[in-house]
Amino acid sequence: MIPNQLKNQHLLWRAGFGPRAKDFDKLSANSQHSYATSLFNASAEIPPYLDVAAKEIKELMMGVREPGRKLKKVLSVQEKKQLRIASKVALHDLNLTWMKGMVNSEQQLREKMSLFWHGHFASRNINILYQQQLLGVIRNHALGNFGQLLQEVSKTAAILNFLNNNQNRKGHPNENFAREVMELFTIGRGHYTETDVKEAARAFTGWGASIKGEFIIRENQHDDGNKSFFGKSGNFNGDDILQILLDQKQTATYITRKIYKYFVNEEADEELVKILAEKFYNSGYNISELMKTIFTSDWFYEPRNIGSKIKSPIELLVGIQRVLPIHFENEEVLILLQRLLGQLLFYPPNVAGWPGGRSWIDSSSLMLRLKIPGMLGANGELTTKPKDDDDQMMGMEENKKMKAFGKGGGQLLKAAINWSKYQDNFSKIPREKLTATLSSLLLQIPKSLNTELLNGYSDLSDRENFVRTTTIRLMSTPEYQMC
Amino acid sequence: MLIKRRKFIQVGSLATASLMMPRFLQAFEKQPMVPPGNRVLVVLQLSGGNDGLNTIVPIRNDIYYRARPKLAITKKDALSLSDEVGLHPTLTAFKSLYDDGCLGILNSVGYPNPDRSHFRSMDIWQSASKSNEFINSGWIGRYLDAQCAGCDKPTQAIEIDDVLSMALKGNHSTALAAKDLRRLYNTANDPFFKQLSTNHSDQQGDHAIDYLYKTMAQTISSADYIYNQSRLHPSSAAYPLTNLGKSFQTMASLIFSDINTKVYYVSLGSFDTHVAQDGQQKRLFIEMNNAVDAFVKDLKFNNRFQDVLIMSFSEFGRRVAQNASGGTDHGTANNMFFIGGSLKQKGMLNELPGLGNLENGDIPHEVDFKDVYATVLNKWLKADDEHILDRKSSLLHFI
Repeated sequence: MIPNQLKNQHLLWRAGFGPRAKDFDKLSANSQHSYATSLFNASAEIPPYLDVAAKEIKELMMGVREPGRKLKKVLSVQEKKQLRIASKVALHDLNLTWMKGMVNSEQQLREKMSLFWHGHFASRNINILYQQQLLGVIRNHALGNFGQLLQEVSKTAAILNFLNNNQNRKGHPNENFAREVMELFTIGRGHYTETDVKEAARAFTGWGASIKGEFIIRENQHDDGNKSFFGKSGNFNGDDILQILLDQKQTATYITRKIYKYFVNEEADEELVKILAEKFYNSGYNISELMKTIFTSDWFYEPRNIGSKIKSPIELLVGIQRVLPIHFENEEVLILLQRLLGQLLFYPPNVAGWPGGRSWIDSSSLMLRLKIPGMLGANGELTTKPKDDDDQMMGMEENKKMKAFGKGGGQLLKAAINWSKYQDNFSKIPREKLTATLSSLLLQIPKSLNTELLNGYSDLSDRENFVRTTTIRLMSTPEYQMC
Repeated sequence: MLIKRRKFIQVGSLATASLMMPRFLQAFEKQPMVPPGNRVLVVLQLSGGNDGLNTIVPIRNDIYYRARPKLAITKKDALSLSDEVGLHPTLTAFKSLYDDGCLGILNSVGYPNPDRSHFRSMDIWQSASKSNEFINSGWIGRYLDAQCAGCDKPTQAIEIDDVLSMALKGNHSTALAAKDLRRLYNTANDPFFKQLSTNHSDQQGDHAIDYLYKTMAQTISSADYIYNQSRLHPSSAAYPLTNLGKSFQTMASLIFSDINTKVYYVSLGSFDTHVAQDGQQKRLFIEMNNAVDAFVKDLKFNNRFQDVLIMSFSEFGRRVAQNASGGTDHGTANNMFFIGGSLKQKGMLNELPGLGNLENGDIPHEVDFKDVYATVLNKWLKADDEHILDRKSSLLHFI
């Protein structure tokens, strides 16, 4: 028998960013069905648009005259530099604002789903307005209709610029966007031909974005000749291509498999994927319905799925903040930790997004993961340095204005954890059951760890110290990396 | 509590380390050391896109001087290698290596459909993929996969850094990143982590948690191994006190210890010289020149120079023409250095780029970097390049 609490936590980890300590009482009492219902209800509304771009940036961008498409023609060198620096700072703000939402928002499911699409529709673009806009589209449609999500994402400046469709012109095609739409956004490798890519690229000619980030179709650059695509022929435009791709059942299969691997198990169960994909396709790509089927199915709660997934760095960092009442005096360390662990929001490694799974883990990242809780608990110092990112730095020196340096020259974590508030959640638990209680809340594979060995490392001086040290140790285990 | 911990540290001392080690790692501990003659590859990554034209200077090319009225290095300033070719004035040690027949220069290295994003182009170089494929493993990582399937030796490749590059991540094995060997050793020797590791019984399982425990056990074991090896024959030569200098000294200490490491990886940057290129490139080149100089002297003194091959690369070169800010923007094909005591071909391995037929203002590539990797894998590391790179390559002749 799998404990009810474990099943509920499984749902909360997969459909969100893990349980909160303050919900501890409810975790064993409520049913999965009631948790699922409230997760969907809480995420029903369209969330407010995250807008962090300073007035300065907007004025710079909005003052730009069209049709001088290239920035350098209308912005001075000084303005361009100003824009880059302001954009970079604002991207960090957007990152931290969104991360706070993942920690605190009741819309757990929507934010988790958005994180999935953030990796699916990956874009590296240093323009804050474009990134903000793309994130807005993703969060609006995260649980809506996949077709609509695809169509709107495909018309954002962030994606069109990142995939070079502004350079895709009649007679001078740039196939990058057309190829990735098929390879990564819809049907996947092996299900289209090079001719399909060429023909789709022709259909997308003229699609671009203005400097302000509005979608535009440059009619004079559009190739309006006849195209053959997936056995059909006609004077297709970009919208037609997207529709033909959505008409392919393989698109539903490809997306469903990716969702299954992300939300259920890295090892795809092809039988289940087939059934789910069929339903997804027949529903007209209703994402919410697909997720509801997954989260209310018995197989979702089978032992093979529970605790089987390696947390992504974002899941790890957000999960810690959800369970512990924690305040970061120096929020930049969250950015630094994302970089060190290999998942900096808005900077996916390439258009294929973060590969996930075991690729999160190597000796350095694992040892850092194991050390983070201890450092948080004791204002530790991050002495490891991330690699430079030249795309971010644009030839400038690395930002030197980090706020708190320790003796080793590293950044201090400066996290204040309200331990007494945290331990209040367990006030009814007798002392001898505390370790088991904390372990059941924090670990999704509790049986893997021999909790007796924790005893030697816990501070027995008083109850609060015991809760504090036991919690930190439980989080400093390989088991805590799993969800 | 304290007593317990102290006791544990004693128990954890080297003499009994093998008792605590998971079984699959014990075999590895007992393996004999690699004998002298162990060939080593050192990859020097110049991050940010080094300007190759101001590195290997075409001192008789008018197109070069016309395209760079402010940035060009004059014939007088360049360290002359021949009537046609000069080196950046700071690269004095490279000039001596050239004169001694220990330097190879390969020009116009790149790949078809080049990408100008640092990250993407670095991705392509590190994974050895085509510009339209996305591979999540690195070429050295796949070398590890091929060389030690099942042997669990992550110390066969080491990156001298805090964070591991994608180049060293395989599909099954990942190399180890370590900048400060003592710090890594201390972290790995945290008694709590050690106890966790020894208490986890099933490290061979398929579950992802077993993978984490396996990685943890390997890290602990490797950290001990590397740190202790590095203290057997520490390099006593004088190295510059720069980051790169210290990294090269660490590598030398490991090479002299006859550790089983075959590949070292180290980066220098940022070469992204959009603005005021002269000063920045000069500063980085001085750091590179002095570190390489000390390393080569150290290797020669210890009679190991013939066993070492240093290879430099950058994710792209820079445009032929200077920009308006005293710098250069992202380009495409670039040159690579090869340094070693047993090069088969020396000096200029191919022609300088002519600059007469540029592609959109860039040097067209003539050598695919994957052929260079194949050559190094096949001829230097004696590995199956075709399998690792998943392509048939045209091998070069400098090794």
